[in-house]
Amino acid sequence: MDIRFEKVNFTYQPNSPFEQRVLHDIDLIVQEGCYTALVGHTGSGKSTLVQHLNALLKPTTGTVQIGGRTITPETSNKNLKPIRQKVGIVFQFPESQLFEETVARDIAFGPQNFGVSEEDAAKLAAKTLQMVGLDESYLERSPFDLSGGQMRRVAIAGVLAMEPEVLVLDEPTAGLDPQGRKEMMEMFARLHKENNITIVLVTHLMDDVADYADFVYVLEKGTVVKQGKPQDVFQEVEWLQAKQLGVPTATAFAQKLVDKGFEFNRLPLTSNELAEMLVELGGLAHDE
Amino acid sequence: MMNKLILGRYLPGDSLIHRLDPRAKLVASFYFIAIIFLANNLWSYLFLGAFTLFCLWLSKIDFGFFLRGVKPLIWLILFTVALQIFFTSGGDVYWKWSVFQLTEFGLKNGIFIFCRFVLIIFMSTLLTLTTPPLALSDAIEYLLRPLKPLKVPVHEISLMLSIALRFVPTLMDETEKIMNAQRARGVDFGEGNLIQKMKAVIPLLIPLFVSSFNRADDLATAMEARGYQGGDGRTKYRILHWSKKDTIVILTFAVLTAVLMYIRN
Repeated sequence: MDIRFEKVNFTYQPNSPFEQRVLHDIDLIVQEGCYTALVGHTGSGKSTLVQHLNALLKPTTGTVQIGGRTITPETSNKNLKPIRQKVGIVFQFPESQLFEETVARDIAFGPQNFGVSEEDAAKLAAKTLQMVGLDESYLERSPFDLSGGQMRRVAIAGVLAMEPEVLVLDEPTAGLDPQGRKEMMEMFARLHKENNITIVLVTHLMDDVADYADFVYVLEKGTVVKQGKPQDVFQEVEWLQAKQLGVPTATAFAQKLVDKGFEFNRLPLTSNELAEMLVELGGLAHDE
Repeated sequence: MMNKLILGRYLPGDSLIHRLDPRAKLVASFYFIAIIFLANNLWSYLFLGAFTLFCLWLSKIDFGFFLRGVKPLIWLILFTVALQIFFTSGGDVYWKWSVFQLTEFGLKNGIFIFCRFVLIIFMSTLLTLTTPPLALSDAIEYLLRPLKPLKVPVHEISLMLSIALRFVPTLMDETEKIMNAQRARGVDFGEGNLIQKMKAVIPLLIPLFVSSFNRADDLATAMEARGYQGGDGRTKYRILHWSKKDTIVILTFAVLTAVLMYIRN
């Protein structure tokens, strides 16, 4: 299921003194099966854009095509449920959306809203809870007794249980410890590969983009200023740094080596790539 | 959705009205609401209306804002006015049908009540649009001070007021956020029958309460860590300054009352 933005503009509180134009003529495609990353400054419109992906917001002008549905400014708020089921969104700090008495019921809440029977929803809850790395003993606990990281996992499980085709992640690892962050990102990558889920990741962490994403959109002040594969986008280190967006750690390190006179065919993105390239360089030096 | 509300919002600016002392503005607004009931004929209403428009003009705020302040209350106003018009007896009777009647007094009363509503809303919108909420709560604290000997916890009231005011926008954002998160999980807010509608609110209310408790807990800890021990012995950072123009405002209102007494019946 593709999601296409065509000339999407969005203005908060239009025709009022508090009018605020957030998105300007956005053209963007999230291709089926593609791990797409959205990066950009705080206030560049990423989170607003994310809410267009499942029609929580409708464009002020322009169209958004989600699967077969076309969302225009005139689209009514009825019958959007099928879209919401196919496009699951994990918002920033999703632990604030928990409300049920038990973890199991909270996770089952989403599927039940989409018409899944109580028994099936309970099975889904048990399954997804394991996917996010918590065992069955948590099912009957109150979500409010859990630690922050565990609450985050339960909240994410609540979205995964809807079995979305597209999973939108708005800074899913903000505020997690390094271990939890890594586990979480690996889990999303696994879902992407094994279940062929399309992923849209909004993040400030360029290392995550380099490690996982197939395609990147760079947003600035509500417009797409750059798009492409991470390999291409991150080659322009100076441009990105001038925009204060930064590059992956490995790329930044390689750039420093380049400044000292080393030569790379192209800048590496991940530490593995960097290591390989360094080995190669070292090997050549050894042969001479 | 909630952003449409103009009442209670502050618009930064630098007009004469913006620079007035909040105490003067608060007292003047309440006083205005009191003396508006003195007006009882055409000339007194015209006079008050002209005065109100002059105040609005002084604030240099677009007139549309004030109209928007009236908008959410327009049905309430029209309902009251309609009651007045159709159920007041006296004077010439123009039209009559069972208990309904259109009379001279009724029409007059209806129009006056309409003016009263609009002027009161204009003035209170002017107060909130030109005064930051914190300045207002400072003013309230100051004005409540005489009640302190009567064991009224003035400091606590004003602290709660300023915290509440500070967190209104934060809570609104939070509400919107949680609403969106639940909508993404398939909740339809505002659809179905009354019971379904009420049920749909639970996934919004519980997280809001929980996050308010957490927020209160964090805030109290942070306040204690910064040495807050209650109102006794505290100094003030924001100090209110009463200047000549504030006295002039009060004097203007005295003159206003005098004129009003003169031209009313």
